[in-house]
Amino acid sequence: MPNNEAVLSVRDLSVYYGEFRAIKNISLSFQANKVTALIGPSGCGKSTLLRCLNRMNDLIPQAKVEGEVVYSQQDIYDPLVDPAQVRLHIGMVFQKPNPFPKSIFDNVAFGLKINGLTENIEDSVEKSLRSAALWDEVKDRLDESAMTLSGGQQQRLCIARTLAVEPEIILMDEPASALDPIGTLAIESLMRDLTERYTIVVVTHNMQQAARVSDETAFLMMDEDRAGYLVESGKTDNIFQNPQDERTEAYITGRFG
Amino acid sequence: MSRSPRAEFDGELTNLQNEILVLGSMVEKAIAKSIEALRSRNIDHSREVIEEDDLIDNKQDEIEDKCIALIARQQPMATDLRQIVAFLHITVDLERMGDYAEGIGKIGLLMGEQPPLKPLIDIPRMCEIANDMLRRSLDALVKRDIAIANQVLKDDDQVDGLYDQVYRELVLLMVQDPKTIERATFLLWAAHDLERVADRATNIAEQVIYLVGGTRGHTKSSRY
Repeated sequence: MPNNEAVLSVRDLSVYYGEFRAIKNISLSFQANKVTALIGPSGCGKSTLLRCLNRMNDLIPQAKVEGEVVYSQQDIYDPLVDPAQVRLHIGMVFQKPNPFPKSIFDNVAFGLKINGLTENIEDSVEKSLRSAALWDEVKDRLDESAMTLSGGQQQRLCIARTLAVEPEIILMDEPASALDPIGTLAIESLMRDLTERYTIVVVTHNMQQAARVSDETAFLMMDEDRAGYLVESGKTDNIFQNPQDERTEAYITGRFG
Repeated sequence: MSRSPRAEFDGELTNLQNEILVLGSMVEKAIAKSIEALRSRNIDHSREVIEEDDLIDNKQDEIEDKCIALIARQQPMATDLRQIVAFLHITVDLERMGDYAEGIGKIGLLMGEQPPLKPLIDIPRMCEIANDMLRRSLDALVKRDIAIANQVLKDDDQVDGLYDQVYRELVLLMVQDPKTIERATFLLWAAHDLERVADRATNIAEQVIYLVGGTRGHTKSSRY
């Protein structure tokens, strides 16, 4: 991938959980206003890599990160960097929608409040819900519990919650795997729209989804010690129509994995 | 031992390719028969070629339906995707070659019982080479062999050369004796149809190059 528009770069990244090396020596750049999909068989380290991009692995005891993750010309693992600040700029959406047991409004306002961004909070909530393509469905019931929403709506609510703090990059870990086809399409279409303002990195097991939503694709595999490594990355059209590495070909055509 | 998860898909891809070979063989026979009927003035055979084109069209529909169903059910990627796309293109090319055979059959009917203009030599030769290109383009497909495909691309020049020769000869006849104009024009059409058949064979060869290498194999544009 060309480096010139990279908004986030991983350099020679290895991650250990205790003695176990989960990923090894990955270097990869993420381009601004693009969707990059991370694909690969189960256990290849996609989610580990994703979680490194906003220091989510800090929350796992014994996790150790080597190498650099550079955002805004700074290694986010520099001891001087506050992980909470990193997560303001680089947000995450998880596999299962995880709204708080609060009202729809409070879910979106949550991040704003804990970060002291209480000015124009109603405008921010509306803007975020609109950006997450949820506003029209919830504008008359903002005080209702988020738990009354469907799974697909809950996931868009979680995206709105992430957008509210105005991050630059959004990390998504299998964001549609718990949704039905309609909910999945809504999320995918939202991802395309969000690239106008955001950069997205998505982990997905669904090959067709990666092909549909992403501009760039990175394929990971694991070696005999079960450490994940990067096999091939590039434009999604090239990866899915004419991959250069035969391991990529074998994986995406279902010959292993 | 458990069946590989791809066993069914692979089986269907193989079946599709076999169907294409069947279609190719129907087309090859139609082309040879149309020219032989023209050479021997066998109107019955010309008529049969025209009628049998329906079988070719039906076979094309059948193969296309299978390709579309396979895309819908398997959502193919990478080589699988290129393979099915190549199959679709090749099927269209073969069907069109069948149309050229039908066209030559119609020329056979038009010429009817008129006395032959001259013994046909170069046109049957064009037919042999074009059919040989067709056979080898499908051989390249089965073997996934780019070298064979490239040879087919080269051989198109021979057919073009023969077409030039036929053209010059027929124009000369027409200039010398305007009474020959109608019959000479019919033969020129037949020669032109064969030139197109050879071109379609190069299309198939290009599809094989795309399927195997993932890159386009377009030749420099030929004169026709």
